[in-house]
Amino acid sequence: MTKDRSLSAVMSRKLEIMKSSVGIDYDIFESGRIAFDYERMMKETGYSLQEIEEIQKETTVGNTPLYELRNITKLARKYAKPGKGARIFLKDEASNPSGSFKARRAATAVYHAQKLGYKGVIAATSGNYGAAVASQAAMRGLKCIIVQECYDSKGKGQPEIIEKARACEAYGAEVVQLSVGPELFYSFLLLLEETGFFNASLYTPFGIAGVETLGYEISMQFREKEGRDPDAVVVTNAGGGNLTGTARGLIKAGALDTTVIGASVSLSGLHMASDEQFNKKSFTTGHTGFGIPFATWPDRSDVPRSAARPLRYMDRYLTVNQGSVFYMTELLAQVEGLERGPAGNTALAVAFVLSQEMDEDQIVVVQETEYTGAGKHINPQLTFAKENGIKILKGNPANEVPGENIILPEDPGMLCVEELDIEKTKKSYIRNSIKNSEVETVNREDLDFLVADTKSNESFVRDALEELGVKVETEE
Amino acid sequence: MVAKKGDWVRIHKIILNVGERSPNIPEDTQSVPLEMWDKGFLINETASIGDQVDVETYIGRKVTGELIEINPFWDHDYGKAVPELLYIGRQARELLEEGEKHD
Repeated sequence: MTKDRSLSAVMSRKLEIMKSSVGIDYDIFESGRIAFDYERMMKETGYSLQEIEEIQKETTVGNTPLYELRNITKLARKYAKPGKGARIFLKDEASNPSGSFKARRAATAVYHAQKLGYKGVIAATSGNYGAAVASQAAMRGLKCIIVQECYDSKGKGQPEIIEKARACEAYGAEVVQLSVGPELFYSFLLLLEETGFFNASLYTPFGIAGVETLGYEISMQFREKEGRDPDAVVVTNAGGGNLTGTARGLIKAGALDTTVIGASVSLSGLHMASDEQFNKKSFTTGHTGFGIPFATWPDRSDVPRSAARPLRYMDRYLTVNQGSVFYMTELLAQVEGLERGPAGNTALAVAFVLSQEMDEDQIVVVQETEYTGAGKHINPQLTFAKENGIKILKGNPANEVPGENIILPEDPGMLCVEELDIEKTKKSYIRNSIKNSEVETVNREDLDFLVADTKSNESFVRDALEELGVKVETEE
Repeated sequence: MVAKKGDWVRIHKIILNVGERSPNIPEDTQSVPLEMWDKGFLINETASIGDQVDVETYIGRKVTGELIEINPFWDHDYGKAVPELLYIGRQARELLEEGEKHD
């Protein structure tokens, strides 16, 4: 019998399709309430750090170089108070096969798919992850399908996304391109069902564990080079996996005093599922349109429980405007001799400002770069912005209005960041947890889970629950 | 233009019509269909642009859709001149030449 292919029928088969396409029975980690056993999930379905290192070594992923950005540091110090201006370092993840840190995530997912005997892998992504999965699948002889949200209803596509489609095809993948809309997930489910391929989701334990080596390497490289761990690591944040994996790797290395800072491009005011606004943005990832929804509700992803839980590890969350990231991309090429893709430089723009508030003997690390090429480069991205009616201005980046203009800082001293109220973000997460689990009261296990999942403490969670009018069950 | 069996082609297909789309999306998106583009080797003996055709994708799936392009190619590039960016390098180099100053 042919299965019903309507939107509602396919969505109702979601859990069943997920289970057979990721090979994880998420139910065994559930409490049936808010809490689930995150660490057990990571342990039982993931791999140890040593195993991941071995897996990644097989396809030469990881062990990327670390650059000290001496000239950018000098520029930051020109605008810092005396004694301020931390040294800025950059982990050049573009030197991974496929050109981004996503190779780490893909390496473990594709290895796992092969081990379980899947004939192919599918990933829903418009980003670097597609090329990473396609490249790893090519190395391991698996078939690969990448599903992309690519064009608006006029058939116009972001040059950055088109370049990624090209890269996926270069690695022998089939690229299914879709117009704007979250029903991409529906097409994705249908493809999983039709092919029986592995769901190389960005949010499985193996994917996240793949990023742990990045945090671990940072710590090891700094201990060797500087005799100590860095003071802060800035991570470009979208779905939360980069931040989660990096932070877990730092913890596994024992770098417990290193602050983990999330950085996103501010796209406030633009709706991510809007056909008309799709091409008004000039960044397709690393922006608040993913960063905030995924932080405040990580389980919105394409697996029942996301292994990417950024609020569990994030100390601060800073946003920066689009113009500042384009500016830093140009600066990185001009004064450091490193031409890299714009999206990877979100954390760099934030680190430049952060350095100025830190002491000059401190160290701040930008933990990724991405490859650059046709489409995925400041020139085509700004050309595309102009064609879509966006004005490119020079001035105060704080005045940028996403969808209307892009403001390049007039000089390096004009770069600024906005600090998101992380307590408020944590409270939104708690509110979503209550809403989505449909509980009326919270028990001890839920309480402990919420404390861990928000990197907070019991009184913070109790206060948040009280504001929501949710009672904590009294203990026997 | 006519495509022959085995030619590399691009197809287009409507996945969800207006009215079938998710109710939880912005109105502008609901008022347009969900479209799909894919590529493959033509299975039909011959076909013209606009015909409904079957293709075998690069990994070997069979997909049906409207033929829209024969020998499709990528034409994304490095964009046009963006003179707005040109101050950045010169200004930064000047600032670096001045040397470090904390005043």
